[in-house]
Amino acid sequence: MKATREAYGEALLDLGRLSDQVVALDADLSKSTKTSLFAKEFPERFFDVGIAEQNMIGIAAGLSLAGFVPFASTFAIFASGRAWEQIRNTVAYPSLNVKVCASHAGITVGEDGASHQSVEDIGLMSIIPNMTVLVPSDPIETKSIINWAFKYKGPVYVRLGRMGVPDLLPKDYSFDTKPYIFKKGKKIVIFATGIMLWKCLEAIELLKAYDIEPTLVNIPCLKPFPEKEIIEIVREHDMVFTAEEHSIIGGLGSMVASTLSRSYPMKVSFIGINDKFGTSGKPNDLLSFYGLDAAGIRDKLLDNIK
Amino acid sequence: MDDLLLREHAKNIRHLIIEMITSAKSGHPGGSLSAVEILVSLYFGGVLNYDPKNPSLESRDRFFLSKGHAAPVLYSTLAEAGYFDKSGLDTLRQLNSPFQGHPDMKKLPGIEASTGSLGQGLSISVGCALGLRLKGLKSHVFALLGDGELEEGQVWEAAMAARQFKLDNLTAIIDRNNLQIDGFTEEVMSLEPLADKWRSFGWSVLELSGHDFDQIVPALLNAKKRDDKKPLVIIAHTIKGKGVSFMENICDFHGKAPSEDQAKIAYSELKECDEQ
Ligand SMILES: Cc1ncc(C[n+]2csc(CCOP(=O)(O)OP(=O)(O)O)c2C)c(N)n1
Repeated sequence: MKATREAYGEALLDLGRLSDQVVALDADLSKSTKTSLFAKEFPERFFDVGIAEQNMIGIAAGLSLAGFVPFASTFAIFASGRAWEQIRNTVAYPSLNVKVCASHAGITVGEDGASHQSVEDIGLMSIIPNMTVLVPSDPIETKSIINWAFKYKGPVYVRLGRMGVPDLLPKDYSFDTKPYIFKKGKKIVIFATGIMLWKCLEAIELLKAYDIEPTLVNIPCLKPFPEKEIIEIVREHDMVFTAEEHSIIGGLGSMVASTLSRSYPMKVSFIGINDKFGTSGKPNDLLSFYGLDAAGIRDKLLDNIK
Repeated sequence: MDDLLLREHAKNIRHLIIEMITSAKSGHPGGSLSAVEILVSLYFGGVLNYDPKNPSLESRDRFFLSKGHAAPVLYSTLAEAGYFDKSGLDTLRQLNSPFQGHPDMKKLPGIEASTGSLGQGLSISVGCALGLRLKGLKSHVFALLGDGELEEGQVWEAAMAARQFKLDNLTAIIDRNNLQIDGFTEEVMSLEPLADKWRSFGWSVLELSGHDFDQIVPALLNAKKRDDKKPLVIIAHTIKGKGVSFMENICDFHGKAPSEDQAKIAYSELKECDEQ
């Protein structure tokens, strides 16, 4: 088990060893976002700007203008919230090569509670033109996504989590912005993003008892949204579910629904945060409280299948 | 320094500013006119190392217009410097024009960053100065900020960072014209004692008249020679709307175009001023 933020820290360190174009920034959270690994080995290429997220994004923009590939990290709520307009105007509008890698996304931040639990960041980042929005589901995918982001020229937002996640994807997995069919089933398809891939997998185990065998699709790229591929997959199923550790407004569910509404209208059932703030608690307790654990997902499916 | 030549550039640029804003029927004359001598000193006073034929020259100095609404002074200066033809300037603010209401680095050569949202240019400049230093380049970074813009908290985040990172390859210039949109800065949100604020943030501070080439050019040239591990701010005392009598110190001309008739008066005043 490893959190995607940890895999990010390791991937960033590897990139730092690979290329001296890579620089990293943090806003006094390097131990949590794991940019500390990079900072330790490359102090001259690491900039802690203090608790100043807006400034961090501006400095990252300036570093990219000087020819570097900056990776800027803080908690998702502060990156996507506090510094939203800096990302919008200074980074995305001129399409600068800045990578915003934000950790502690979603409710599994845990005990810190609502002020620190970002359930809006996918929406906030996806609405900005020129942005690419990526959500890795496990450590393997995280590394692949960070490498991809380095090679890609342009602004990227990567959503990372605090909670440990098992390796789910094959060791030789290579991210390519397309949906990844994790498990082929029948009749029902679940599109999941981030940590919810894991939780859906657990739910599918429970659903075997009911003779229900959904297809499980991992959606690591929320923008550009893989509309064509999603419709192709939906065509082979009768029911569509989406699962995300994010508000159902502006996240994966909304995007799937809007995609289908335009060319293949059908009902979509959302599993996610239902227009609510987070709250304090242990990560696993919170997943169950919001119906995002295996049992919650199972019940949601059973309710809708009835 | 050939003062006469600089004054000639300043006159041309003021003329272009009025012309482009008049034809656009919108834009920001006041804060463009107050910054003319500052930009002329940078681009024609032998301060900036740049090549209009090679705008991405790695060793160039960088100028960031943080107060992006003063786009007309940047456009006309870059045109005067040969980055692009003056003939397009009259498309300012029109559909499909590269001369956007606020500078768009993707649409024109010589524009170092897309600005317009105030308070962000100093952060960009800090990042760029860090990057240039990391690359071992001797290039200098200049940023021009409005005084009202200093009310943005992010400016002071950047001010702290510039000091922390010991950026002596960075110079901020404040266009201290005392006005913002809703009135005098000292009435809207007092900035004084401004020099003390910057000093307390660990910056070296220089105050001068922002319309006097004999003061600006040497100050900017010296600014490039520093190796004192400290950022420098130049507080340039200016007059908003400078050069056009009915715009000088008039808040209303912050973001209002002159009428055709007013523009004619402005041109004749610029001419007279030249004949003095
Ligand atoms: C973040 C942000 N808030 C508000 C504005 C609208 N605005 C444009 S210019 C201006 C006043 C700027 O005053 P100052 O910095 O003193 O510039 P100058 O007087 O030199 O034109 C304002 C509030 C903006 N462009 N950006």
